Amino acid sequence: MSRLSLCNLQVQQLLPINLEIPAGHCITLSGPSGCGKTRLLRAIADLDPHQGEVWLNGIAQREIPAPQWRRRVGYLPAESAWWRERVGDHFLNPDSKLFEMLGFTLEWLEREVSRLSTGERQRLALLRLLGNEPEVLLLDEPTANLDQANARRVEQLISDYRQMRQVAVIWVTHSDQQHKNNSTHHYCFKDDKLELHAWS
Amino acid sequence: MELIQLTPWDLSIAAMLVLLLAGLSFHLRLGIEKRLLIAALRTAVQLSLLGLVLKVIFAQSNPITIGLLTLFMLLVASYEVMNRQQRRYQGFWGMGVGVLSMFLSSFSVTLLALLVILQVDPWYAPQYLIPLLGMMLGNTMTGVALSLDSLNQNAWQQRASIEARLMLGHDWQTAIAEIRRNALRTGLIPILNAMAAAGVVSIPGMMTGQILAGSPPLEAAKYQILILFLVSASIGLGSMTAIWVGSKHLFDERQRLRLDRLTKPKR
Repeated sequence: MSRLSLCNLQVQQLLPINLEIPAGHCITLSGPSGCGKTRLLRAIADLDPHQGEVWLNGIAQREIPAPQWRRRVGYLPAESAWWRERVGDHFLNPDSKLFEMLGFTLEWLEREVSRLSTGERQRLALLRLLGNEPEVLLLDEPTANLDQANARRVEQLISDYRQMRQVAVIWVTHSDQQHKNNSTHHYCFKDDKLELHAWS
Repeated sequence: MELIQLTPWDLSIAAMLVLLLAGLSFHLRLGIEKRLLIAALRTAVQLSLLGLVLKVIFAQSNPITIGLLTLFMLLVASYEVMNRQQRRYQGFWGMGVGVLSMFLSSFSVTLLALLVILQVDPWYAPQYLIPLLGMMLGNTMTGVALSLDSLNQNAWQQRASIEARLMLGHDWQTAIAEIRRNALRTGLIPILNAMAAAGVVSIPGMMTGQILAGSPPLEAAKYQILILFLVSASIGLGSMTAIWVGSKHLFDERQRLRLDRLTKPKR
């Protein structure tokens, strides 16, 4: 049960953002590239200096040690980075059920990261993130490099995880279908302002 | 055996060799004759000046002048360290990291040598202090410069991996641990090579000097061993301090990777 609140959060040229995402809810974000979507997610994960405040269940970001904050507020960047050769070196307690949901087996842990495709890396990065059992998910185009079947698997996994753990999710996507399928609200960046977007 | 005094004539013969080389460079269109002559002139002027300064300082043996000279040496060494970085720290930190790390390492190792090992009286006797400190600073400067360059270049190139680890909740020290280890290894390689080759491939400059000045070879060898040990300790200590302070400065109080604290490389 985790609720995420943004209070006058300011990134780059954007106007201060006030937003409340209740536990178990998902909002989607869209907007032209370079409008500050990634910057916003990075600020919420506390990876960039920023103005304004972010609260998790009523506790301010600055009151929680940074590594702990980032474990609880999990950020999945658009491009995943890996620091060891073997996939398995990036996982502490790999969960075979989650692996199977995305079409992998635990044997993939033995593979070399450099031989994976972008899409495989993206899906494995999601599994790596979920291994931390985050209470909030910040997803930056998590299905951008995936074929339809795999994109659906990822959406299903995120939806299951959200409902089971009652986590708040912010999802950046350009696909209208994803807005409708996954989120309760859809926000759009327009002229440096975050606007609630009505379903057409 | 007595020290053979060099006359101006002796030096002129050696200088003529340099002139000959410059002439050859001109003839073969190598294009380095100008730089060669300037470098040779700098050597002559700088070393003669040093000789004059040391002559005065040795004669006075005044702690304040000696202190000022060591400070000057430290600042020049730190400037060199900063100058050799592709990506330096912005502002005060650019010089600061070098000053701090070399002060802690070179000065304390020199002090240890003067007080405990050589037991010089008074401990600040410039005949011992200045050459010892010069050797510590000169070598530590190389180690610190290599270490910092490796640290900051790798942090820049591997920023995506560092941030990936931060995102997953690793603390900053874990996120940069491998880059730090590599930086220290890079800084120590020259002295490791120098120690391994000493006496077999190369005869170190100081030992050569002592032998030319008439010391028994075994005495000169003992001094050279002492110096190499002290220098390696100073390089190790200096590089570790620089890497520790430098890598800490790459992150802020919320453990964010702050590469904006580095300058862009020239070129």
